[in-house]
Amino acid sequence: MRRQRWYTPYLLVLPGVVWVLVFALWPFLNTVVLAFTDARPLRPVSFVGLDNFTRLASDERFGYALTTSLVYVLVCVPLLTFLPLLLALLVRAKIPAIGFFRTTFYFPVIASAVVVAIVWEFLFSSTGTINSALTFFGLPDRPIEFLSDRWLLIFCAIGLTVWKGLGYYMVVYLAALGNVGRELHEAAAMDGAGAWRRFWSVTVPGVRGPMMLVSVLICVAAVRVFTELFILSSGSGGPGGRSMSMVMLIQSMGKGLNGQIGYASAISIVLFLLTLIPLTVVGIANNGEMIRDALAGRRTRRDLRAQQRAERRDAKDRAEVAA
Amino acid sequence: MTSFQTPGSAGAIEEQEPALRSAQGSAAGGRGGRPPRMREKAYRTRGSADIMKPSLAGLIGKYVLLVVVLGIMVFPFLWQLSTSFKGSAENIYGFPPNLIPSAPTLDHYAEVFRTIPVLDYARNSLLVGVGTVITNVIFATLGGYALGCLKFRGKGIVMAIFFSTLLLPGEVTLTSQYLTVKSLGLANTLWGVFLPGAIAAINVLLMAAACRMIPADTLDAATIDGANTMQRLRHIVWPNIRGMVSVVALFAFIGAWDEFLWPLVVLSDPANYTLTVGMNYLNSNFGSNPRVIAAGTMIALVPIIVLFAVLQKQFFKGVEEGSVKG
Repeated sequence: MRRQRWYTPYLLVLPGVVWVLVFALWPFLNTVVLAFTDARPLRPVSFVGLDNFTRLASDERFGYALTTSLVYVLVCVPLLTFLPLLLALLVRAKIPAIGFFRTTFYFPVIASAVVVAIVWEFLFSSTGTINSALTFFGLPDRPIEFLSDRWLLIFCAIGLTVWKGLGYYMVVYLAALGNVGRELHEAAAMDGAGAWRRFWSVTVPGVRGPMMLVSVLICVAAVRVFTELFILSSGSGGPGGRSMSMVMLIQSMGKGLNGQIGYASAISIVLFLLTLIPLTVVGIANNGEMIRDALAGRRTRRDLRAQQRAERRDAKDRAEVAA
Repeated sequence: MTSFQTPGSAGAIEEQEPALRSAQGSAAGGRGGRPPRMREKAYRTRGSADIMKPSLAGLIGKYVLLVVVLGIMVFPFLWQLSTSFKGSAENIYGFPPNLIPSAPTLDHYAEVFRTIPVLDYARNSLLVGVGTVITNVIFATLGGYALGCLKFRGKGIVMAIFFSTLLLPGEVTLTSQYLTVKSLGLANTLWGVFLPGAIAAINVLLMAAACRMIPADTLDAATIDGANTMQRLRHIVWPNIRGMVSVVALFAFIGAWDEFLWPLVVLSDPANYTLTVGMNYLNSNFGSNPRVIAAGTMIALVPIIVLFAVLQKQFFKGVEEGSVKG
């Protein structure tokens, strides 16, 4: 058998590795370094230590951005973890025309966030369809300013994110639901479990793994939100920029000739750490068994060693006594 | 900067392994043929104990729910579509909303073409999208083949490099990424938009996962028959990973077409905008007439919806067959 030349595999992975190094890892290292400098365009750079981070702590814009992102995560995660699952159960039935429904439910996912955010901006504007509907039913005296109130704007954006994400996570669940055996459902039904009970006791435990994955993906995506808030606030970040997300703050800090690149990098580092939290939590939860085992193993080994030491000491004592 | 791709493709791992299995499964099982089956009713009939099927009332309830959700999912699009055709005299703010324009007109589309160079923007988006698809498919296949089928020293390190990139959201490196692109002299060019996304780590890993499913014996047999690396890639690997290739290609295209933040940062001159940035430009600078904006968003939306509608069969087939296997 003619073997491949030794360098063939390296040649094959080379472009990918170069790309990842140049366009992901190098910029990341650069970000870490810049976070400790006062870098600005066209100016000499000097290290300022932790100044950027201490400035962050007292910067109210950063406080607003952090709050926005955390609220985003807290509201999005439960909604986008359960609604798509229900939707997946709904479109899972093999009934006529179901393919049409699945495909259409996926449209918001493939549409650009810019396009759908513009549509929502139109629907939720002070003269928009939602307000005219509310007036039609005689609810408010005057139009609700969805897009010029800090919290209403954030919740509009969250609604948009949820609406746009439904189809995507529905498909993830659709794949996962296939692995929940119908035997379990049948057995549960035999034992008298109704549909609701079977949902909580068979379906949900059956998709627990993918559910974890979905909630982590949502956490990370919610921390990274940009387009929805940017378009709905016309780039301003809401009244006084108080509805800005972290990424919007990075973008607005870093751009232009006055861009505070060092400061924007420091915010980026905080953003990175925030995205790591959910990943770590799930990593620990998933490998909890392994970690516990390892800890327990260490404990037993330690106990064992202690025991051995005690025995050796005993033996020595006895030897001394005998002597 | 690949805001869509990173979560998108992470999900695609979940979705696509079944697709791959199904592609192989249908090749193997295609000859068997299924026994003829009676046409079944979609609902549970009297005396049937198939609890996985809804009763007739349940079935009707299901359709009602489906139609309600359908309304929520497509109403904004339909509303925008209808607005784009409505004449300037027609009320677009009233309630109940009127979905059928009383006097349909194409004026607003003409207005979009007059206001912004929308064809240039569409061409720019198309160039970036097609380029991203081509480079990702080629280089991810090569890298995936090496990582999935070949043994070599340092493979663990290479895998670690790719995996570590998955933990790194593009937004974190936004500022430095821009500095990198600028130092390459590519700021405010389409190359600057395209290059960082040309080879995504996740795609290499997806291809590696697909290549791992190819039986090693097949590749060995080809080697014994004297096939070199390129021939093995062309005749053994490529037919086996085609399912994954189509998913990578579709996601790469949609991701590039929909990307907003990165082009917004890189492109400063309105002449070079891609469609998404162009739509934002149209929306914020010529925002007085919602009918024109609506026409603009339709121009950005329709191509990608059509593309998806054409390819959706492939996309959902994997999911479905995966669930049949259960």
